[in-house]
Amino acid sequence: MSETTAPFIEAQSPPPGAVRKWTLPRIAGSALCGVWIAIGAGLVWSLFGAFDPDVFFKYMPRMAEGLLVTTQLVVFSIFFGGLLAIPLALARMSSSAVVQGLAFGYVYFFRGTPLLGQMFLLYYGAGQFVDGLEALNLWWFFREAYNCVLLTFVLNTTAYQAEIYKTAIESIPRGQREAAETLGLKKGLTFWKIIFPQAMITALRPLGNEIILMIKGSAVASLVTVFDLMGATKLAFSRTFDFNVYIWAAIIYFTIVEALRRTWDWVEKRLTRHLVR
Amino acid sequence: MDLIAQLAWGPSGWGDELAAGTMLTVSLALATLPFGLAIGLLVALGKTSGEKSLQTAANVYTTIFRGLPELLTLLIVYYGGQIVLQQIFALFTDAYVEVNGFVAGMVALGLVFSAFSSEVFASAFKGIPAGQPEAALALGLTRWQAFRLVTLPQLIRLSIGGLSNLWLILLKETSLVSVIALNDLLRNTNVAVGSTKQPLFFYSVALLIYLVLSLISAKGLGAIEDHVKRGERRVA
Repeated sequence: MSETTAPFIEAQSPPPGAVRKWTLPRIAGSALCGVWIAIGAGLVWSLFGAFDPDVFFKYMPRMAEGLLVTTQLVVFSIFFGGLLAIPLALARMSSSAVVQGLAFGYVYFFRGTPLLGQMFLLYYGAGQFVDGLEALNLWWFFREAYNCVLLTFVLNTTAYQAEIYKTAIESIPRGQREAAETLGLKKGLTFWKIIFPQAMITALRPLGNEIILMIKGSAVASLVTVFDLMGATKLAFSRTFDFNVYIWAAIIYFTIVEALRRTWDWVEKRLTRHLVR
Repeated sequence: MDLIAQLAWGPSGWGDELAAGTMLTVSLALATLPFGLAIGLLVALGKTSGEKSLQTAANVYTTIFRGLPELLTLLIVYYGGQIVLQQIFALFTDAYVEVNGFVAGMVALGLVFSAFSSEVFASAFKGIPAGQPEAALALGLTRWQAFRLVTLPQLIRLSIGGLSNLWLILLKETSLVSVIALNDLLRNTNVAVGSTKQPLFFYSVALLIYLVLSLISAKGLGAIEDHVKRGERRVA
């Protein structure tokens, strides 16, 4: 082993970094972050400092049941709404002016009026026709607020989803359809194997937004005696006047929406990875 | 038809109540708009600024108010605002304070509106090439002039479509204030239904009014959009 002859250089400390001045945006940003931290700390203090175990253990199980009802409402309405939306989207693009007009009227009505009002119309309106509905043997369905709410949600999201699918289907270049026709494919086959899969990829993002809107919108169900998450929360508050229940509900809704949004982003990235250049 | 007679003006009919409710719905939406737009623009400035802490604060704002149900936000503002104000006032006086429903509705709807509009503005900012304000500064305009004369007109043009959608959503969301005892269109309809037992008729009328409001808004917004985009070259 020969000894190194190179001169030994002592380790140098790195040069000082650029000085970050306290500019106006930096002061404002730090102050605002401070405000958020203070609000967060206030919430934690309220949740733990004013924690009432009686309220928690009595109403948390009810809120968990409510969460289940909310989940059911959203899953069912998105699913059934999706099934109805595809024929409606096709009707919107129909060559018959009558079919097109009817479909447009349906979509315009449900997108142009508040969900809350639609729900009241269906729920209280159905109550006006007890005799008629009984004669048709349908009263058992409309008697339950849950069913009325679910039906309203399905009809509502059908309109929104139909618009999403219509836009998505129209975004597929005409050449795709023409090429399929040239190859001798039947119309139905062209739609299901060529147009629809591509349209679904375009529809993915607005569809995710629609699910989030539905989760948030479903809170109005609590206004016609359905005990969804919001309903259970309102019940707990009206009985205990413990404001913390609203904070719990906010945290639950927020977590679900954020988790879904992030998962949806990931799924979309994954499904469209072949489209990234 | 005696149903139509129910819509008469005055003490015998509900026409004037529905009209008053419609007025409140429209004025609540109109009162929320400037406030929601201004905060949305500020939050968007935060999001697009180079300062990390400002970006974080702005993103937290959007994430929170975009992720909560509007109804829950409204109830939290209404009841929570009551508690907070009560505690602040208790320091000075023992007077009882009550949160005004209109203000609570305006704040809650404004928070939600500004969270969404900040996203619209932020993406509009990204659509304006950095060279535009830079060129304005190079020509000797002040920062404020560059914003007002160069950035803002383009910003409006790029964001008008998204903002129009938000306005239509806001108009429908005002119906939520009926739960905090504010006499908007939907609540007055509830009162009419309670007294006449004609839910189908009255809710249909109310929804029709909302539909007409949306229709008028869509027409008006379309005209505004045409106006701000008048400089764009038309294709074919």
